[in-house]
Amino acid sequence: MSGLYRNALTWLDERFGAGSVEEFLRHKTIPIHRHSVWYYFGGMTLFLFIVQLLTGILLLLYYRPTPNDAFESVQYMVTQVRFGWLIRSIHSWSANLMIFTAFVHMFSVYFLKAYRKPRELTWVSGMLLLFIVMGFGFSGYLLPWNTLAFFATKVGTEMAGSVPLVGKWMLIFLRGGEEVTGATLTRFFGFHVAVLPLLATTLLALHLMLVQQLGMSTPPGVEKAIVEGREQKRIMPFFPNFLLRDMIGWYAALGVLGALAAIFPWELGTKADAFAAAPAGIRPEWYFLFMFQTLKYLPSKVLFIDGELLGIFGFSAAALVWVAMPFLDRRIGFGRTTRFFTGAGVFVIGYMMVFSWLALR
Amino acid sequence: MSLPEIPEKAGEPGRRWVNLLLGGGLAASVISFFYPAIRYIIPPAIAESTSRSVVAAKVDELKRNTGKIFKFGSKPALLVRTADGNYRALTAVCTHLNCTVQYRDDLHQIWCACHNGLYDLEGRNVSGPPPRPLETFEVHVQGEDVVVTRKA
Repeated sequence: MSGLYRNALTWLDERFGAGSVEEFLRHKTIPIHRHSVWYYFGGMTLFLFIVQLLTGILLLLYYRPTPNDAFESVQYMVTQVRFGWLIRSIHSWSANLMIFTAFVHMFSVYFLKAYRKPRELTWVSGMLLLFIVMGFGFSGYLLPWNTLAFFATKVGTEMAGSVPLVGKWMLIFLRGGEEVTGATLTRFFGFHVAVLPLLATTLLALHLMLVQQLGMSTPPGVEKAIVEGREQKRIMPFFPNFLLRDMIGWYAALGVLGALAAIFPWELGTKADAFAAAPAGIRPEWYFLFMFQTLKYLPSKVLFIDGELLGIFGFSAAALVWVAMPFLDRRIGFGRTTRFFTGAGVFVIGYMMVFSWLALR
Repeated sequence: MSLPEIPEKAGEPGRRWVNLLLGGGLAASVISFFYPAIRYIIPPAIAESTSRSVVAAKVDELKRNTGKIFKFGSKPALLVRTADGNYRALTAVCTHLNCTVQYRDDLHQIWCACHNGLYDLEGRNVSGPPPRPLETFEVHVQGEDVVVTRKA
């Protein structure tokens, strides 16, 4: 087996220098310390993304993106097609778990200060990926064309529309007209299965290349302890040692996905009706809840500004600052942490959790 | 065989002209590629429904203290029969973020489920996030029909 592998590698190496690819894979090591568990969440997010890709392709075999057919095609898929319910439920559950692990990954990178020099661009590409993932969530949510999705899309696109100057243009661009109609569904379908996957795959390649090139970051606290001799530097090769550990996690994740899909199959709801009132208790997906709740609390006017506009500006500004964090957190360095930025992170997590909880109450 | 000498170097007037023409031509073709694409992205405007009135319900359809969503042009509208038997008609599109409102018989008010906005029966935004009142329409009973008309 090993001989065959060697021979194959030699053959490829003679053609295009495959040895350098193997070298590229092998040069990364994983630092082993008390925070090492957080290193698993990036790989887990990647795995769930691949699950999304595969189940998404399967859903495409039956889904029809028109207002007359969309709901019925999903209904047909989950009631008539063998294992259709499973594929759709896994796609929905995996989407939600992926957003969750992406957030965990992002916050762990934030608190362990892994965005500090030279990894600023890895952070920026990761944040862009997170926005794309949320775009996937928002566009995919509409595709079954049910009541909840219909109103969530109305509200979401209307928020984009209230931005001064370009708002109207963005609203028409997103909706494919003045109102949320079949035109919107067609567009969201295109975004969800073509535009966003292309952007995500490109950015993902960049993100992974940067991670591979720069190696894993050791948290400043651990770095300091090693320099001061309080802790020993320990490492593990990424390939194959850490990757095999990753794969155990992925295998478990598949089990969890299957169990969730079987025990809690994803609801389809009722078909969207443009001439029905928004149902009581309507709310967006959990990862938008903190923004949703903030919008509920904002009064119609704050001084002379529309409340919702203030909310949108607030969140956009916060997101921009968050993306720019590696460039703002300048005093961070080898073995040194910055308490102010850690505090800001705690505040952000606290805000998101409290407002999400208030929305669920 | 010696190659003929190139008479002008970069930065000289002749070369500048060539660069300008090349660059200008390239810019013009880029614009001509993108302009149609951008115009294509924005869909053509659909003519607003010109009908000024619509039959919203039959006379015996609505009980007192209930409401009904009906289609007025391309948008949903709300017909309310108040507790004392009068009719009110308003647009059903919430002025906050575009959700469709409904009549709450327990509050005798118009409620938006999305962000908890409240309007009174005159369409005035009373509480919650809505920034503006709802547009109101005129209601006439003509024989068996409840007819809703846009105000002039």
